[in-house]
Amino acid sequence: MLLALVAAHLVLACALPAVAARSTRAAFGLAAVLPAVTLVWAAAMAPAVLGGAAVEENLAWAPALHLTFDVRLDALALVMIVLVSGVGAVILAYSAFYFGRRSPDASRTSALLLFFAGAMLGLVVADDLLTLYVFWELTSIASFLLVGQSGLHRANRRAAVQALLVTVFGGLSMLLGFVLVGESAGTYRISAIVASPPTGGAVTAGIVLILLGVLTKSAQAPFHPWLPAAMAAPTPVSGYLHAASMVKAGVFLVARLSPAFASSAEWWLPLVVLGLATMLIGGWRALGATDLKRLLAFGTVSQLGFLMVLFAVGGRLAAVAGAALLLAHGLFKATLFLVVGTVDKVTGTREIGALSGLGRAMPGLAAASALAAASMAGIPPLLGFVAKEAAFEAFLLEGGLRGGVVEVGLVAGSVLTVAYSARFLWGAFATKPGVDPVTPAPASPGLTVPLWITSLAGLVLGLVAPVAAVLAEAYGDTLPARTAEEAGYHLALWHGFNLALGLSAVALAGGLLLHTGRDRVAALTRRLHHRVSAQRGYELVVSGLERLAVLVTGRLQVGSLPVYLATVLLMVIALPGIGLVLGWAWPGDVPVVHEWIQIPLGIVVVAAALAMVRARRRFTAVLLVGAVGYGIGGLFIVDGAPDLALAQFLVETLALVAFVFVLRRLPAHFTERRRPRRAIQVRKGVLAAVAGITVGVFGIVLSGARTAPATASEEFVRLAPETGATNIISAILVDFRALDTVGEITVLLVAASGTASLVLATRHDRRRRGKVRASGSGTPAHEKEVSG
Amino acid sequence: MSAEDTRVPWPRWDSPTEDWMLPGDCPVTSERTLLLELAARILFPAVLVFSLYLLLVGHYGPGGGFSGGLVAGLAFVLRHIAGGSSEGAEIGARIRVRPPVVVGVGLCVAVVTALVPAAFGAPVLSSTKVSVHVPLLGEFEIVSSLALDVGVYLLIVGVVLDLLRSLGSGIERDALDAESEAAS
Repeated sequence: MLLALVAAHLVLACALPAVAARSTRAAFGLAAVLPAVTLVWAAAMAPAVLGGAAVEENLAWAPALHLTFDVRLDALALVMIVLVSGVGAVILAYSAFYFGRRSPDASRTSALLLFFAGAMLGLVVADDLLTLYVFWELTSIASFLLVGQSGLHRANRRAAVQALLVTVFGGLSMLLGFVLVGESAGTYRISAIVASPPTGGAVTAGIVLILLGVLTKSAQAPFHPWLPAAMAAPTPVSGYLHAASMVKAGVFLVARLSPAFASSAEWWLPLVVLGLATMLIGGWRALGATDLKRLLAFGTVSQLGFLMVLFAVGGRLAAVAGAALLLAHGLFKATLFLVVGTVDKVTGTREIGALSGLGRAMPGLAAASALAAASMAGIPPLLGFVAKEAAFEAFLLEGGLRGGVVEVGLVAGSVLTVAYSARFLWGAFATKPGVDPVTPAPASPGLTVPLWITSLAGLVLGLVAPVAAVLAEAYGDTLPARTAEEAGYHLALWHGFNLALGLSAVALAGGLLLHTGRDRVAALTRRLHHRVSAQRGYELVVSGLERLAVLVTGRLQVGSLPVYLATVLLMVIALPGIGLVLGWAWPGDVPVVHEWIQIPLGIVVVAAALAMVRARRRFTAVLLVGAVGYGIGGLFIVDGAPDLALAQFLVETLALVAFVFVLRRLPAHFTERRRPRRAIQVRKGVLAAVAGITVGVFGIVLSGARTAPATASEEFVRLAPETGATNIISAILVDFRALDTVGEITVLLVAASGTASLVLATRHDRRRRGKVRASGSGTPAHEKEVSG
Repeated sequence: MSAEDTRVPWPRWDSPTEDWMLPGDCPVTSERTLLLELAARILFPAVLVFSLYLLLVGHYGPGGGFSGGLVAGLAFVLRHIAGGSSEGAEIGARIRVRPPVVVGVGLCVAVVTALVPAAFGAPVLSSTKVSVHVPLLGEFEIVSSLALDVGVYLLIVGVVLDLLRSLGSGIERDALDAESEAAS
């Protein structure tokens, strides 16, 4: 059932464009059904799964390579399914009203969103490292296409490429890490690796590589800039991929593997340090953002850092808090993104400076946002508060240097979180002095009902904390608790007056204080920005790579035919030539001539070759090349190879014709003005002579190097009648070695299209109904646009 | 227009309906060689038939898809040189197929031939013999790998036609453009 659900997502995604051609709303509505079904199914399985009986399925993919699709539904997967499928269904339903009925993007977006939902579902239930990797990259590709949209706008293209480069770079190194860990463990099954974690130097290297994938996917510092840039995507896409689900993939993988590796410092140390740094950087940058969506994006970066810290340390309570925060964040961040989408839709702007008085005009929207923002800020009685309390409590109980440092970091991060939550509400809904109040267009219920669902879910799960607690603690219990107090902690709305509550109050007060000085803070973030910027780092790396590529290409591709030819010939002399000298075996009985006709033919070939060296005109040289070719064809006939000779004559004729075609555009003589220098001529001559002699000696030595009888040939002769061919050459070409033939004709196809595109590159014909309407040899307009 | 009007009047039913010379009306009279045109007109169909012969005889003697395709390609080369076609190498005056399409069709035929046995549970690229009895002519043996040869044949013809399009008329057009630019 689980595998079937994943497959159904991918299959239905392929069918959606056909539906979207009739009605885009129906396409999004249909797309929303499948995630909803998945959520209901997962909820039905939940009692059994939480009772300890995980649902497992597997499908042999390439049994010979031990590759299988292993999937497993456990507590952590359930939490993620709530985000992937639950939030996914809500956002898809919202998209039906966000995208216009005639929107050209709707068809593609609906299909890609559902495809992404399927890939993400596969990712969270994968129980095999390689299966996980496949789905991981599929989500990256879906994200690339969704951010890029139609590719018409430069901002979309740049953001899409940045997201792809960063996440795929991480993904590839993660694959290496998976291989190292999987080979050390002897299995790629995640549940088996977690049950008995491998150790050793290779595993340490593997962990570091996996972390690279985790950090890039979850937009941790210093890889975070791709996430704010990806906000170029439509808002529902950002809300789904870049807040609720895809960016959680890194966090999810940490949560998956923490039970195995959390005891080693190379696992938790980078994650905790970078996670805290990310939480602070993201929160700080959110305070300077003037675009509501960008503000939320930096908020997501910050929260991802928070989650990373919680899952990395591998304690029971931290993990419980992490799982609860995972849920809470998905719910409140999806709500807030949908709010931004609706605000954008009804007012036409997302700029804080342009929005004023919207709270008065749309009190319902403001209330839903306030609930979500309060959850984000950690205000009771919302789920975000419950999670944050548990997080504070976890590190208070842990104590020690790590606990203390993390606690301080988390409180500081929470102060920033409260501040940007307040900034969001103020920016979107407050009445600002000096700004004209906006007059929003009426919002359809489709743009407000979905966000109420996620907003209220955060409130209900907070009020009825035990429901979320069952889910979060089922995951947390897979990790060891250090103390009895930690083991006995349960998520609840009220734990009495304790230090954790005090820290929440400090965060709230500090955040609101920061918000009152918002103008000064915003100015300060902008002032600090340009000195330290990870975005500039990314740009430097990419432009550096480009410059290196130009440098290398410039050195290798000098544009001189003699240089290319010399390189090829030198390699022939150097590599196979050495083998020739080492394995020297001159055959004893090589007859020089065995048919008298070979003598005149040989003389023709040699004479033509020598004459070619003296040729001044290109046309003469081409004719002499033809003479050499025909002479060799004649030798083939003499030696009894009519097939070979026929092909040789035909190819030679065609080559001659092609040469003559090309010669029309080349100078008649090889050197127009003066003779080349003597030294260069000598060097070229020596190289050509040595290369030619090497090849000739090769032919003779190799003909004598065959020691065993040609068994393969005998087999061919014996089997040829069975293939219905009395011509053995043909039997080899179309039967015994048919795969080679298919490969060779593919090469021909590539060569032909390459030649055609080189010659016709600068020419463009605009055809209509088989006739050329417009033609020219300059640069067409679209290429000018592409090259900038 | 009614069908009556389009009917050819009976005294003229055997008058030529198309230009006998291949290039039709060639505007550049100075570059024509009548002898070559005539030779091309006579040889072209014969060479094409010969290429088909080579294709079919490949299993029993020198020939095969590669040689047959090259021979057919050379027939088009002859026509191109004689006709000096300005629009590239069309296959025949009536059917206009773009050369890349021919190349692609050839590769598709070859790949499909390779994959079809897999549908019957046989290994990819395996072949089978079919005996057909044709009245008057006797037993025929057809080998399924002939289809692969047909793919090769089409692809080679396409490659040669593409060569004529790019190196032949493409370069010709460039040269004309350069001349007209130099003149203006």
